[in-house]
Amino acid sequence: MQKKLTRSLIAIAAVAALAVSVAPAQAAGVKGIKTGLKIAIMPKALNIGYFDAWNKGAQTACKEIAAKCTYLGPTEATGPAQVQFINKIVQQKYDVLVISAADQNAIIPALNKAKAAGITIVTSDADVAATGAKSRVTAVLPAASERIGTAEVDWAAEAAGKKGSVAILSAAATAANQNAWIAAMGPYLTKTYPNMTWVGGTVDKSVFYGDDDATKSTAQFNAILAQYPNVAAIIAPTTVGVKAAAAEKQAKKSAVKVTGLGLPSEMAPYIEDGTVEKVGLWNPIDLGYVAVYAAGYAKAGSFKGTVGSSFTAGKTTYKVTAGGITYLGDPFTFTKENIATFKKIY
Amino acid sequence: MKIKYTWDKGVVLLLIVATITGSFITPYFATSSNLSFVIQDVGEIMIIALPMTYLIIAGEIDLSVASIVGLTSASIGFAYVRGVPFGLSLLIGLLVGTLCGLMNGILVTKFGLQSLAVTIGTLALFRGLCYVLLGNEPVDFLSAPITHIGYDNIPHTFLPYSTILLVILGATAWIILHYTRFGRWIFSLGINPGAAVFSGIPVRRMKLLLFTLTGLMSGVAGVVYSFRFASASPSGASGYELAVIASVLFGGVAIAGGVGTMWGVLAAVMVLGVIRSVLQLSNVSSNALLIVSGSLLLISVVLPRAIEVTRSRRKTATS
Repeated sequence: MQKKLTRSLIAIAAVAALAVSVAPAQAAGVKGIKTGLKIAIMPKALNIGYFDAWNKGAQTACKEIAAKCTYLGPTEATGPAQVQFINKIVQQKYDVLVISAADQNAIIPALNKAKAAGITIVTSDADVAATGAKSRVTAVLPAASERIGTAEVDWAAEAAGKKGSVAILSAAATAANQNAWIAAMGPYLTKTYPNMTWVGGTVDKSVFYGDDDATKSTAQFNAILAQYPNVAAIIAPTTVGVKAAAAEKQAKKSAVKVTGLGLPSEMAPYIEDGTVEKVGLWNPIDLGYVAVYAAGYAKAGSFKGTVGSSFTAGKTTYKVTAGGITYLGDPFTFTKENIATFKKIY
Repeated sequence: MKIKYTWDKGVVLLLIVATITGSFITPYFATSSNLSFVIQDVGEIMIIALPMTYLIIAGEIDLSVASIVGLTSASIGFAYVRGVPFGLSLLIGLLVGTLCGLMNGILVTKFGLQSLAVTIGTLALFRGLCYVLLGNEPVDFLSAPITHIGYDNIPHTFLPYSTILLVILGATAWIILHYTRFGRWIFSLGINPGAAVFSGIPVRRMKLLLFTLTGLMSGVAGVVYSFRFASASPSGASGYELAVIASVLFGGVAIAGGVGTMWGVLAAVMVLGVIRSVLQLSNVSSNALLIVSGSLLLISVVLPRAIEVTRSRRKTATS
């Protein structure tokens, strides 16, 4: 009995000591941003490597501004599924929501409600439609849509020797990001590369939809090869699609060139063995990081997201452009030369 | 009769237990604003569960309901962006939903096909039509008149506008099923279709009507859905059929037909909504949420069967 009591006393003391040692050291925070903000980081869907990286950047910023950040969201990337979580954070009285919109329309009513409940909203990675722009302070986006589309055409042309026909393996038919990029690819290819064409004649007829599902994307990759055996290059402007295409190309030892938007960690094996020459992506870590800072300043009231206004995240100053959008910059490319470094990061 | 009685009573009890437990688990659950969210969240599912209860009791099933919701919403969007007035667009949507149900009904009754097979087919067909109608252009109704009633509460209350619709439709469906000749016929269809024919029930016409009704109600759900998200997208409401069928079965309706009560189903829909809300608000990851909803569906199919088996065994043992 005596022994037991001593033991439990020791245990209590140990726990108490531990509690003291892990008590948060008074976090410094960042000047101009209130500390202790309750922030929700909501991806289009959980279990996606790209968004895990996005969250990593957000969490870094959260540590710097001494905020409490929670990564939460649905398992399927649809607007209605996200709305349940937006409602949840309204219930739980969060201060800030950083969200990548899975549906540019369907979440607008819920965002408006969240705003009315006093939550400061910043979209990051994917924005809502212009009709819902008033619900968020700013949208932190990678690069102007047009430049993302045209850069991918450049990579495809480079890989295919500036000749031959090109097909696109996209995500869902409703994915706003992909559709905007594809719209920019169409005229750019015909204008810039006279010896290149779209497999279906026009860009709209050359798009195959893999729905961001690995199995479906693989099937669509094979469908492209079956329908257009002479296709020179396939552009997959989605991380799921480009990975599926690269894997299937490697398995089938197909000659078609594959490029698009890919995560370095996922694409490393294919770039290292030469299956794929080059893929690109902006840095999702930066997207998450910058969005948290924008939201922090907005909550404090010093940043209102008006066109021409600016804020500083880390060492860089970002300026808000038309439509309340904050762009990071040009897409970043990964090749044999730099993949070893970046595959470790995201 | 005895088993059915205890099962749906159990569901109501579970609803009460889940609500009380939920209030203790998380302080965010038992608030008026959350009640509004839960009601909105289960609205469409409840509306479709009403005719689905009829169908399953009558020994049939409709798996295409979520696609009909999507196609209704897509039709409204398709018409609206082409300049059709919003009110007329809504009517077009309802008409499309009804026609979808009618088509299911004709395929089942006139061609004598299995409703399971037919509606798996139309599930894909109607969804495909959504993509044909909208392509990759989702439509938003934010600027359309009165869509705010899809997401706002009734002024000075904490109840969403959809509550009114749910109460009217739920009460009507309940009365029809349990207090009219039509309702009794529905049970007869499921208990013994052969006997139903001989007792003078117009079996085919009844079934055609039930499928058409399911189409119409899925259309109504499509309107509610379009209002709630102030938009139409071709993938709208996908996967809802599982939630609807899970609720109906969980509410004590036998998958083989002939058995069920409306209040059991209504309680089951609320149970699903409450459990989902409590889990979400207590920060259970959505990965775990999937497991919970899957398990509930399995339980609702396996448990009544297990009870039945053990009871009949006990009966044979005692007799």
